[in-house]
Amino acid sequence: MAHLTYEESKKAVVKGLIFLGIITIVEVAIALLAKGHLIEGFHLNKTFYSILMAVFSMVKALFILGEFMHLKYESKGLRVGLAVPFILLLWGVIAFSHDGNSFQERRARSADQHPAEVPPVSEHHDVKHLPEH
Amino acid sequence: MSDHTTVVEAHHEVDYGPAWQGGDQPLKSGYGKLMMWYFLLSDAFTFSGFLIAYAALRFSSATWPEADFVFSTFPGGFHHMPLIFVTVMTFILILSSVTMVRAVQEGKEENQKGVVFWMGLTIIGGLAFLGCQAWEWNNLINEESVTLYTNPFSKYDADGVYINADGSEGETFKAGTGYIIHKHHGEWAPKKYKVTSGPEAGKVKSQVFGPREFGALFFIITGFHGFHVFSGVLFLLIILLNVVSGIYKKRKNGYEMVEKIGLYWHFVDLVWVFVFLVFYLL
Repeated sequence: MAHLTYEESKKAVVKGLIFLGIITIVEVAIALLAKGHLIEGFHLNKTFYSILMAVFSMVKALFILGEFMHLKYESKGLRVGLAVPFILLLWGVIAFSHDGNSFQERRARSADQHPAEVPPVSEHHDVKHLPEH
Repeated sequence: MSDHTTVVEAHHEVDYGPAWQGGDQPLKSGYGKLMMWYFLLSDAFTFSGFLIAYAALRFSSATWPEADFVFSTFPGGFHHMPLIFVTVMTFILILSSVTMVRAVQEGKEENQKGVVFWMGLTIIGGLAFLGCQAWEWNNLINEESVTLYTNPFSKYDADGVYINADGSEGETFKAGTGYIIHKHHGEWAPKKYKVTSGPEAGKVKSQVFGPREFGALFFIITGFHGFHVFSGVLFLLIILLNVVSGIYKKRKNGYEMVEKIGLYWHFVDLVWVFVFLVFYLL
């Protein structure tokens, strides 16, 4: 907010507070709606809901970075230098989520084919008397 | 003598000499500010590592507890208030971020009293957030018996009906309903139920524990974030004492130190956006 006068930037802060507050309230409201807390028996599609929440979070994160941390008004070199590693990390999230999903499918498949050889998914050594997965 | 050194300091900060004297500003940003950005970048890598591990482990689990069931308590003995307490925590952190922006603005105006006031509010916000987190952890550990290795939260994968102690049938539940195994007198007491849908219909089963990774991931990641909030409060206190002492006033560089600690504080808020997303919303 370096381009604004002192009075203008004071107002911009209030606007930022309202913006972040409204997004958070909308997020929680959609979360409660999606999981059937607001309308009896109504659930949102899980994939659609997850993407929607991720988009809201990205908007919040970019706003905090751009306005609160003044990144919008820093030099281009600094912005690009910080953004590039994050684009690589985003790929990390996608790749490892996919990997995790693959672990789960393989585990389920081998549990079907060779039930005796596959150890249970979670082992609770401290509570042996209870049945496991 | 002390006056002399501050004059030298102020001179160094304002009048940047040629590059060979170390006075050049790479990326048009002060040395300390640039280093803060690179520290935050490395810190973001650490958090990303944790969150990537979380994603991989969660996707590899056959089941996962529903956040709106796990986080549904509120201080004062209230239950069935899904996500309300964590929303309050999120608001506290957003508010403290906003007061920090105000402190930086007052610093740019060289208004010492304004900086002290808004930084003070920011510290109160940080402490309030830590208090909320302490309550949440205490509730999970001492009331609900979640540990790093044990997770009594899970959900049913089929419809069913509870079987009472006398063998009669009790309440029914649907697939996807969350449950928690309670402890009675220090012993786990999983409930028995009869499956009424799917391939296992008719079978009598006992509640099983949820994926054990849940507790470890929750405590390590929110704990690491909480540790950042805690150290942030300490740094804010140190900078606040320096502001009060008038040391930054003499530097006449628009309270740049306040701006640097502000960057760190906003970063903590930024990380919370993603912790909030993966643990409480998804």
